[in-house]
Amino acid sequence: MTINELQDQVIDDFSAFDEWFDRYAMLIELGNQLPPIDDSQRVEQNLIQGCQSRVWLDAHVDEATGHVIFEGDSDAVIVKGILSLLIQVLSDHAPAEIAEADLYFIERIGLKEHLSPTRSNGLLAMVRQMKLYGLIFNK
Amino acid sequence: MDIQTHIAELRQDFPILESQVYKHPLVYLDNAATTQKPWCVIRKIEEGYRHQNANVHRGVHFLSQMATEAHEEARKTVASFLNAHSPREIIFTRGTTEAINLVAFSYGEAFVKAGDEIVVSEMEHHSNIVPWQMLCQRKGAVLRVIPFNDKGELDLQAFSNLLNDHTKLVAVAHVSNTLGTVNPVAEIIRQAHRAGVPVLVDGAQAVPHRAIDVQALDADFYVFSGHKIYGPTGVGVLYGKENWLEQMPPYQGGGGIFSTVSFEHTTYNELPYKFEAGTPDFIGTTALAEAIRYVEGIGMASIHAYESGLMRYATEQLMQIEGMRIFGQAADKESVISMQVGTIHPYDMGTLLDKLGIALRTGHHCAEPVMRHYGIESTLRASFALYNTYEEVDALVAGIRKVRTLFE
Ligand SMILES: Cc1ncc(COP(=O)(O)O)c(C=O)c1O
Repeated sequence: MTINELQDQVIDDFSAFDEWFDRYAMLIELGNQLPPIDDSQRVEQNLIQGCQSRVWLDAHVDEATGHVIFEGDSDAVIVKGILSLLIQVLSDHAPAEIAEADLYFIERIGLKEHLSPTRSNGLLAMVRQMKLYGLIFNK
Repeated sequence: MDIQTHIAELRQDFPILESQVYKHPLVYLDNAATTQKPWCVIRKIEEGYRHQNANVHRGVHFLSQMATEAHEEARKTVASFLNAHSPREIIFTRGTTEAINLVAFSYGEAFVKAGDEIVVSEMEHHSNIVPWQMLCQRKGAVLRVIPFNDKGELDLQAFSNLLNDHTKLVAVAHVSNTLGTVNPVAEIIRQAHRAGVPVLVDGAQAVPHRAIDVQALDADFYVFSGHKIYGPTGVGVLYGKENWLEQMPPYQGGGGIFSTVSFEHTTYNELPYKFEAGTPDFIGTTALAEAIRYVEGIGMASIHAYESGLMRYATEQLMQIEGMRIFGQAADKESVISMQVGTIHPYDMGTLLDKLGIALRTGHHCAEPVMRHYGIESTLRASFALYNTYEEVDALVAGIRKVRTLFE
């Protein structure tokens, strides 16, 4: 599926919830389901700056497909849930697609407030870092 | 005034408390970060700009004299609020942080040299650590640290062992912004003075909650921020004993009165102007004085009694929540409760409580050494002011219980 098809799927998944409580329950569930990363990935250089909780993001290119694979973790579950959505949408795509992606789903599922640079939960920093990986691996 | 019986009226003094957040009534429990402002303070700021705005200490004209008088009247109000010996001992700053930086610089220039020692505590706000570190770097001095025990109480034995011939200053919080511990500053000052060492007390979290008498404490320097005591942002206070201030060089250079400047030589202002280069925030100082009159009108003793009751109630209720951990269990504690609930990250808890209209703080509260002491990254912090209610404590407790169900 393309990045946009995946975004539409996420929007669809969240459309069932009117209440913030249910949306956050979903994020928490997603956060809890995100596969744990390896201790070797929980290192300083994978830490994303500017977050109140610790967020690790690791990326590598799959030799066979040339796609970027993202893995990550956070000690705050909501942040982990948001990270899980980003991975669901952006992981396993060509670097150029990632770098150029327009992530409209965040606003559409009611998480726009997390995009504010003052929120310090690092959603903005996570998105920036993932796109940066897209740019770097595109070279 | 008995706050409990007048709480509804008192809350009407604070217009922001009527706000709705995500369709919930605002429950504001982030008072240690900054307090809300009563109408009288808001009006004072407006009045200042409408009727009294002219630069102070500069003009011969009517408005300038009025503004100057209001500004100097504010200094007297602060002096009497702290029971300072004289208004000359009150220096207006931008806040606690600037006041500490001022002392670290000016006292440091006059009295600190290589090999000297400055003592702080393990529970200080970064604002009472970093300026001293910078001083130590500048002078080749050494920073020494008073540890605290797991209840959050300073180890006074360790403190007295730290004092020696090289100790030049002790800087310690009156009340910890993270643990809520009320430190025995009178005893600390006594011990330090016995060793001939002056003490700076960071009163940022104490001044809003209890009456302060700098002469009874015998503090050499006492600092606080206006915005944490219902006053405006951008104004703070340094109280310093005249004897010390006289011996210290200015912090910043610039314009002011009572100084003569030539390219060869400048003679400095007398106190307190020596430390107030440039145009002061004279609107802010008069609004701060208004905030002080406001709390004095209620009575610091009443505020302290009411908030103590609220703290006791909050602590009892919060402790009944399964998995509740409170950091800071000192016998003498004030206005701040730092916690973690089970394995729920404070950031998650804070984000979801916000959705219920409950404003608190999550993070390390600019006191990373405290986090390190307990081996944690952050806490959820509720902090109280005179306008908080028992119902708001109930809302907090219910909110935490509700959020917990999401994690089960
Ligand atoms: C104990 C303590 N010291 C210093 C400060 C810094 O105050 P300000 O930011 O107003 O300068 C604070 C504020 O959070 C504090 O709680």
